[in-house]
Amino acid sequence: MDKLVPLPSLGFIPERDLGSTPILDIHHLGVEFGGLHAVDDFNLIIGRTEIAGLIGPNGAGKTTVFNLLTNVYTPTRGVVLLDGVDIRGKSTAQLNRMGIARTFQNIRLFKDLSVEDNVRIGLHNAFEYSLGSALFRLPSYWKNERLAHDTALGLLSIFDMQSLADKPAGSLPYGAQRRLEIVRALATKPKLLLLDEPAAGMNPSETGELMENIRRIRDTFEIAILLIEHDMNLVMGICEGIAVLNYGRIIAKGTQEQIKSNPVVIEAYLGRRGEAKA
Amino acid sequence: MSVYTTILRQIINGLQSGSIYALVALGYSMVYGIITLLNFAHGDIIMIGAYIAWLSMAKLSMHPAFAILSAILGCTLLGMLIEKAAYKPLRGSPRISLLITAIGVSFLLENLSQMVFGAKAQVIPSFSNIPSIFLGTIELSGTAVITLIAAAVSMLLLTFLVQKTKMGKAMRAVSEDTDAAQLMGININRTISFTFAIGSALAGIGAVLYCSAYPQATPTMGSMLGLKAFVAAVLGGIGSIPGAMIGGFAIGLAESLVSAIGLSVWRDGVVFAILIIVLLVKPTGILGRPMREKV
Repeated sequence: MDKLVPLPSLGFIPERDLGSTPILDIHHLGVEFGGLHAVDDFNLIIGRTEIAGLIGPNGAGKTTVFNLLTNVYTPTRGVVLLDGVDIRGKSTAQLNRMGIARTFQNIRLFKDLSVEDNVRIGLHNAFEYSLGSALFRLPSYWKNERLAHDTALGLLSIFDMQSLADKPAGSLPYGAQRRLEIVRALATKPKLLLLDEPAAGMNPSETGELMENIRRIRDTFEIAILLIEHDMNLVMGICEGIAVLNYGRIIAKGTQEQIKSNPVVIEAYLGRRGEAKA
Repeated sequence: MSVYTTILRQIINGLQSGSIYALVALGYSMVYGIITLLNFAHGDIIMIGAYIAWLSMAKLSMHPAFAILSAILGCTLLGMLIEKAAYKPLRGSPRISLLITAIGVSFLLENLSQMVFGAKAQVIPSFSNIPSIFLGTIELSGTAVITLIAAAVSMLLLTFLVQKTKMGKAMRAVSEDTDAAQLMGININRTISFTFAIGSALAGIGAVLYCSAYPQATPTMGSMLGLKAFVAAVLGGIGSIPGAMIGGFAIGLAESLVSAIGLSVWRDGVVFAILIIVLLVKPTGILGRPMREKV
């Protein structure tokens, strides 16, 4: 893991990512729901190949940040630069094509579709063929079909899931569904992968395997990963930069050591010393 | 004529009207599957299709083949236009607003065509004279045979489209989870528009087939046909494509078998009795998915 170097006023990114545009550059992002500041003055910068973590107590607004980055919610204020490009006004689908893919806290696979078809939905924009060529089964259709099939199986092989390709996604065990969601997101060729609690419901050995895989995905695809996670072993194990969110605001940013020893973070998680222990 | 041939003949009749119901029910089911809207204007699209066929042949003396094409094309464009103008602005509104809008669109189309074409029925010239076919002693009308073949081909094409093409996969993804599909880069506006186009094209084919069996156009012809197709979609399990096909044939057969046993006044009644029974006994229909709560 590289050491983090400070950037003027913006935040931290790994040293190796210094020369290139950060993949994500968020300034003063905020959203209000009927007067409630769900996320307020959120600033974060993520390097091109960084694995970053977003942590915080329940209800702190972590998933809301993901929803803002994918325009599921429209921000009330703030600027988000994805690979240097302002994402304001882009639709959710456009943002995906620009390079953001995500998974969900509660799994949202297309349960009635096969495992392979789930991945191929992710490949939707990667293969172009006209409806005519499909209906008349022209050679270009078959060529594309084969290519899409091979690509889907190749992606499934990241998690050794090729043999499950024909099973309905809803029939997979829980852990496999979580992995399939990651594969489906990767199929859209993201530059930034958002993982919402990838280790939720996993046992320690599964979590260990997941950590290896997240690192391997970053290395193979050379992408940045921002993850929300409650499992501190995972966060402290793989995240380079960590941001702590509480009541919609970032209360601390930095390396694991800085976060672990930060009294504000400890207070947010454990409460203030001497507070009533009722 | 023996009882046996009468029943067989009624079965053929039932399959003929059943395949029309199935084509129309497919449109209901696909639209419901993708935006959970009961598109009550769907039946009136058929009525417009019938008027287009009448206009092109009786008024513009076009060749029947062109009349058929323009009816199908006209229905397709009308369906897409209705979605863009009436339903798209309401995306994200409560379902009841969409439903009321659909009923409004239905009234609009019916009254508009009454203004334009008059309340009197217009007779549609026959598309072609297909000779009857004899299966042993049973005479099959040419129209019935063509209807069955055309419906079967349309359904096969639709199944291929939905199961095997990229757009079909996008449609299934959007109907299962719109938000997740968007996050996978699927353009939902285009997918919804495409769904309306396909559903309305099937309605156009249904219109042509209906007019070759009952060659006249009236402003309200779509409402009863639409309602029966809706019952077919509910019976098969609304949102399910094979369900709509099964439901359509079942409704057509039920109707003509009721006539066969001499209760033809109950033709319409039996359809709605089926609706009531389905809603009481198995509201999700034959192939319907059990309702899932979204968390």
